[in-house]
Amino acid sequence: MADILKAFLLGGIICVIGQLLIDLTKITPARIMVVFVVLGVILGLFGLYQPLVEWGSAGASVPLTGFGNTLAKGVIKEINEKGFLGVFTGGVKAAAAGITAAVTFGYIMAIASKPKVKK
Amino acid sequence: MAKRLGSQTVVFDKQPIILSGAAIVGKKEGDGPLARYFDDVVDDEYAGEKTFEAAESRILKDTFSKALEKSGKAAADINVILAGDLLNQSTAASYAFRDANTPFIGLFGACSTMSESLTIGSMLIDGGSADYAVCAASSHFCSAERQFRFPLEYGSQRTPTAQWTVTGSGAVILGKDGQGPRIVCATPGKIIDQGIKDANNMGAAMAPAACDTITSHLKDLGRSADDYDLILTGDLGSFGSSMLNDLMIKNGIDMKNKHKDCGTLIFDLEKQGVNCGGSGCGCSAAVFSTYIMNQFRQGALKRILFIATGALMSPTRSQQGESIPGVAHAVCIEA
Amino acid sequence: MKKPISKHEYQKMVDKKAPGSHIARNIFAAFITGGIICSIGQVVLMIAENFGADKDTAAAVTSITMIFLGAFLTGINVYDEIAKFGGAGASVPITGFSNSIVSPAMEFKKEGYIMGVGAKMFLIAGPVLVYGIFASVVAGLLYFIWKQVV
Repeated sequence: MADILKAFLLGGIICVIGQLLIDLTKITPARIMVVFVVLGVILGLFGLYQPLVEWGSAGASVPLTGFGNTLAKGVIKEINEKGFLGVFTGGVKAAAAGITAAVTFGYIMAIASKPKVKK
Repeated sequence: MAKRLGSQTVVFDKQPIILSGAAIVGKKEGDGPLARYFDDVVDDEYAGEKTFEAAESRILKDTFSKALEKSGKAAADINVILAGDLLNQSTAASYAFRDANTPFIGLFGACSTMSESLTIGSMLIDGGSADYAVCAASSHFCSAERQFRFPLEYGSQRTPTAQWTVTGSGAVILGKDGQGPRIVCATPGKIIDQGIKDANNMGAAMAPAACDTITSHLKDLGRSADDYDLILTGDLGSFGSSMLNDLMIKNGIDMKNKHKDCGTLIFDLEKQGVNCGGSGCGCSAAVFSTYIMNQFRQGALKRILFIATGALMSPTRSQQGESIPGVAHAVCIEA
Repeated sequence: MKKPISKHEYQKMVDKKAPGSHIARNIFAAFITGGIICSIGQVVLMIAENFGADKDTAAAVTSITMIFLGAFLTGINVYDEIAKFGGAGASVPITGFSNSIVSPAMEFKKEGYIMGVGAKMFLIAGPVLVYGIFASVVAGLLYFIWKQVV
């Protein structure tokens, strides 16, 4: 239960940072997504994001910064194992599950449903 | 023949008569304060069609038929259709009237289309180029969203100054003779760009254009705001309206108690979650064609100035960092 | 008519009068929404670990499940309502990434399965992948160089 509470707190705080960026700076949500992923990669590169994952678990891995961290972690791991080729293969390999799931479910849902107006 | 007065205003000699007006709107508009004036409310956003663009064309076409029916004229009596909408290639109007078998002049003036079509229609009738003309405009929330903003199901919050594109259309039949309110003069507007770049603040982008046109109109005719029962802007919304009033006061004209805006009339801003109000060609077209025509019939209005306001925004130019040009055309209507 | 006001003056007038966002309300909503979504992720993660999955597998299962949830809620026309309430609380989690892929795919189905669904699917999410992957390559290069030096 404590783990869930930690995930709630950390995930909530990361989202609040995003909300503040939207409300105070007029950065569009689409740009926020880009900023968060790149930020995750940078923090991941320097090993600064992993402590958050250790503490808050899904609270750190579910937000898009976690996706960035996964990319960075993957690239580092692959370089350690395979050398220079890892620069190109590591990131997408680690993120493969997420990307493939997004394409697959996106395609299926697009076929199965149609957009409706917001009431 | 018409004569020009001052720098911009055209005074008609053979004043065109608005024989009838009709409007068909979507469900949200049908839940709004003006619901009882509209001819029909379409509950389904697809209006029985397969796509939103087709739905908008369907609504526009049906509105035209309704206006024609109310005017007692036959389709063969109409010399020209003047219509437009918000979409690229005026998709809604072009496809709505492809089977109409009537000369069609497509217009683009963004949300200013309704008064643009009234202006040109009046000129054609006054000059003898047409005996009867249809002036119409439409917009659809869903077709506008996908062209200008995001997919419908994409999760995003609207900023406080954002407006809600009206689903609906309005059409009036103009004639050289008959019964109804008359269009006595028109003031086509200049494009005014005061540097607003925020596509979520169209009201602020359009207010300077409305201010310029109204000021020119009053100056050309030597009138004051008090000469009108109502100064009705198209879709400035609540924020754009307050900017307009501030700008007018800077020009030395106080019109606050004469001014209303179709965007704030068509929705209940508090209850319907539309932030600053309605927008889109269909907003002013629907309100003008039904509610305002009704007020004329009731004798509640004797002379009004109708200024539909358009933000001539190109998403491409906005992404390139350009600001949003605005335009507003005014027509003066008397009972 | 008086001298027309300048663009700069007008922008100042607009900024002064423009209504601001309800920041306190938005922060609260983002916190709650983001928190709940991450808690659901945590539950999924814990279930996966209970079934004996190792760390990486559990994380992958969580991603896939959350992306499915985001896609499903988008498909049944619910996710946009969650985002209307929660703002960044709904768009920052990976479920929001999923929403940004499914929503254009649904929207542009009418333009066909190739040029509609296929081409428009990454209309909004494309930049996330472009910059995410590119950043990972830059990060990898930096790491590789650092490894050679040290």
